Amino acid sequence: MLTNVATVAYLFAGVLFIQSLGGLSNQESARRGNLFGVAGMALALVATFALAAGTAGGASVWAMLAACVAIGAAVGAVLAARVAMTGMPQLVAMLHSFVGLAAVLVGLSSFVAPTKELTGAEHTIHLVEIWLGVAIGAVTLTGSIIAWAKLRGSLSGKPLLLPGRHALNAIAVIGVFAAIVPFIQGTEGLHGEAAMLASTSWMLLLGMTVVAGLLGVHLVVAIGGADMPVVVSLLNSYSGWAAAAAGFMLSNDLLIITGALVGSSGAILSYIMCAAMNRSILNVVFGGFGTDSGSPATGAAQMEGEVTAISVEDVAELAMHAKNVMIVPGYGMAVARAQHLVHEFSKALRSRGVNVRYAIHPVAGRLPGHMNVLLAEAGVPYDIVLEMDEINDDCPDTDLVLIIGANDIVNPGAENDESSPIFGMPVIQVWKASKVVVLKRGMSAGYAGVENPLFFNENTDMLFGDAKDSMQALTAALNQS
Amino acid sequence: MKIGIPTEIHPGEKRVGATPDTVKKLVKMGLDVVIQAGAGQGAKLADNEYEAAGAAIAATAEEVWRECDIVAKVRAPMRTETVDEITLKRPEQLLISLIFPGHNQELLAELAGSGGSVIALDQIPRISRAQKMDVLSSMANIAGYRAVIEAANHFGSFFGGQITAAGRTRPARVLVIGAGVAGLAAIAAARSLGAEVRGFDVRPAVKDQIESLGASFLELQFEEQGAETAGGYAKTMSPEFIAAEMALFAAQAREVDIIITTALIPGKPAPLLITKEMVDSMRRGSVVVDLAAEQGGNCGYTIADRVIEVNGVTVIGYTDLTSRLATHASQFFGTNIVNLLTDMKKGDDVVLDLDDVVIRKSLVVHKGRVCWPPPPDPETAVAPPPSAAPPAKAVAPAKSKGKGHGHSAAISSSTELSGLIGLAGTMLVLGAVAPPDFVQHFAVFILACFIGWRVVWNVTPALHTPLMSVTNAISGIIIVGGLLQAAGASITVGAALGAVAILFASINIAGGFLVTQRMLAMFRREGA
Repeated sequence: MLTNVATVAYLFAGVLFIQSLGGLSNQESARRGNLFGVAGMALALVATFALAAGTAGGASVWAMLAACVAIGAAVGAVLAARVAMTGMPQLVAMLHSFVGLAAVLVGLSSFVAPTKELTGAEHTIHLVEIWLGVAIGAVTLTGSIIAWAKLRGSLSGKPLLLPGRHALNAIAVIGVFAAIVPFIQGTEGLHGEAAMLASTSWMLLLGMTVVAGLLGVHLVVAIGGADMPVVVSLLNSYSGWAAAAAGFMLSNDLLIITGALVGSSGAILSYIMCAAMNRSILNVVFGGFGTDSGSPATGAAQMEGEVTAISVEDVAELAMHAKNVMIVPGYGMAVARAQHLVHEFSKALRSRGVNVRYAIHPVAGRLPGHMNVLLAEAGVPYDIVLEMDEINDDCPDTDLVLIIGANDIVNPGAENDESSPIFGMPVIQVWKASKVVVLKRGMSAGYAGVENPLFFNENTDMLFGDAKDSMQALTAALNQS
Repeated sequence: MKIGIPTEIHPGEKRVGATPDTVKKLVKMGLDVVIQAGAGQGAKLADNEYEAAGAAIAATAEEVWRECDIVAKVRAPMRTETVDEITLKRPEQLLISLIFPGHNQELLAELAGSGGSVIALDQIPRISRAQKMDVLSSMANIAGYRAVIEAANHFGSFFGGQITAAGRTRPARVLVIGAGVAGLAAIAAARSLGAEVRGFDVRPAVKDQIESLGASFLELQFEEQGAETAGGYAKTMSPEFIAAEMALFAAQAREVDIIITTALIPGKPAPLLITKEMVDSMRRGSVVVDLAAEQGGNCGYTIADRVIEVNGVTVIGYTDLTSRLATHASQFFGTNIVNLLTDMKKGDDVVLDLDDVVIRKSLVVHKGRVCWPPPPDPETAVAPPPSAAPPAKAVAPAKSKGKGHGHSAAISSSTELSGLIGLAGTMLVLGAVAPPDFVQHFAVFILACFIGWRVVWNVTPALHTPLMSVTNAISGIIIVGGLLQAAGASITVGAALGAVAILFASINIAGGFLVTQRMLAMFRREGA
């Protein structure tokens, strides 16, 4: 009876999780959606405790479990409260690694102490599930740790490319799959935890975990900083598949449903990010820019025209007398932590009756939707923050475009220069506006290593300097006049 | 270095070479600015404003010319009864002003005689880099605007149509001939007063610019090649073309209320476009403003600097339209000079760099030697004509459809279909061989993938980061696995592994949900 009640509770928790994701379809329903998620989680936990209470032993076990939950929840709460919005990518990557870790641990535990005795084909399938669950979990774990370190800046954002890296990956993958046969054979006739721990299969499982872990490290170190939105989305997907695999090994439908939801969510995000860069997922994961096709910028067309610098006062003047102003933020704004000052500036402009809007490219920042969160943090109302597709048609009617720390996402070469490495990538068509001002530290090329012809346009001026300082000066200039 | 701004002595000239605003910029560049007392009077700028901006006041023109290394002014130097600017110019001094060396060869020779160097602002080449110092453009813009204001002043009717209790009037019809900077400014000004505006230019390429300002473009059914010179100015046309053009103007003259002519051909007298007969055919009360009056005029009746009336039609021949808007004209002129000096400044000094094409073209006297016309340029640095504007057509790049709602379009239907068939096949095979329990779980899995796919496509891109953090939280559901593993009868290796899994999964649950809540709370509507 209890099992049936738990099953229904699980089903309902799954429905709540779906509601929770569905709520994110717009900003109004999003907060309620999150509460649905919390409710679903609470329901699932209560049901599981009730289920486990039947088998659980003494109070000491319960105390240990309660302590684990309490410590984990406390750590999580502190992380959530402390994280700066610019640090969201790191936090997300870290949480992915925890899911991976939990999946590995649950898989190992399920191997040494299966919840029920299985025989024949079911036994074999269970072992395969464990094997795959642990493998995916290990890749997610180490891959996410590397992503976290890269996003934090502890590791260089540059791709690290080992010689013969494709061969190394292939060997690791083949090895993982090949070892599954002796792994299954090694468990024949074994019963009990002690026997399991002493078996060669256990050693194989641990060895495979290490190999899969190394594969995760190797896959992610080869990917550059600006491709991180894709990598993080991909790891998001993996973490879901790892949870689903755990569900299979424990015959738990809730884990399967949730894992599948998260897995497809991550897959969609990866797809969107790749589409926004006009690259395939394989290209992002296996071929960094300029690694397979010789040196990067050779194909790019010669730059014509001249770069003109502009002063803060002149930009303020331009902005004040414009009717429509568009602000295009990029990762540079996040790096300079300039979002609050950008907001101050746009607020001052809007109070003068200027129509200010923000244009967000899908891959701006290091996380899907990162720019939106940063701007929301600074207090920018979300109804003036528009997606590339929503605002691109308005570019010709815009009097002034301010580009803050973005480069490749506003490169006209992506549309009209077939030799450009980023040709075909959808970009924000800022060059159609009457005037473009680019806030930039210097003349260095963007992540893709591609020169940006935009900077040489007649209607483009450069405001050199740190984005934060420039925005501060701009706001001051605006408030003075 | 010291830069001096004398009072303009040309009769009726109200502009001045610097305003308090541009003085501030000059001072910021490290220049000492000396301004003659009362220099800004015509432009309604008081001496104390200049002083506040950091300029020193000199009592007389002599003092300015005597003390300064650079003299910047609007009009070319000239002689009056009280002041003789040409003689006042010292050797080693740099003069920056309008010169028009084409019309003023004698002046040029005299200036060379008094030594030093002269930059003619009117000779600055029309390249994109030099646009910010192009006084001809900035002044033409003002003249075009002012021409409309003068026309309105002499026009006894409304520009914009009126619908009132006292009756209704139709909007005035304005014809603007020549769509250079002045013509376009006139079109814009007339449009914003509400008039119905037609524009004409011999260069068909300016059609878009005229239409973009809300005017209609008058087209000649006539083919003429190359109406534009390399510098973007109009050139003289063939006789057949001119005949067709005149027929058009004659027809227009009978229709319109206001004609504004801005046709100039560099170095030549202005072309006659509006004959006396055409003026006579215009309605009484109509107005003609001739911006080419100084070069002889585009209209047969035009007398420079005068307003005359023939048969009820007013013909305005002012040559000082920019002086009639002296404050802003001085502001623009001064800014053009500041921009020129900014480019010339190398370190602490203002340098005449002959390798710079702007200086090479505009420097008409160098160290007491006339160097006009400038030597031909090896690398023809010609600005793209304003109409042949930048963005090349997009070569049909792959468009992202990965937008919130277009998910069915994102994956083509044939791929979708074959994917589904493949999936069905796999499931059938599995169903045949796998144990029922597994098949049941697998069915749930596939179903959940589909729901996830559908639901997540509807997530707005703005919330992708909260989406990731909330999926972080719900993938903490793996805590269930940990609990089931750990809740054994005693503490074993399996249970311990499960317990650690619980610990980390708890971090995810608490951290994920809380940070999502924190983020979502930040998303605010306007005013909320």
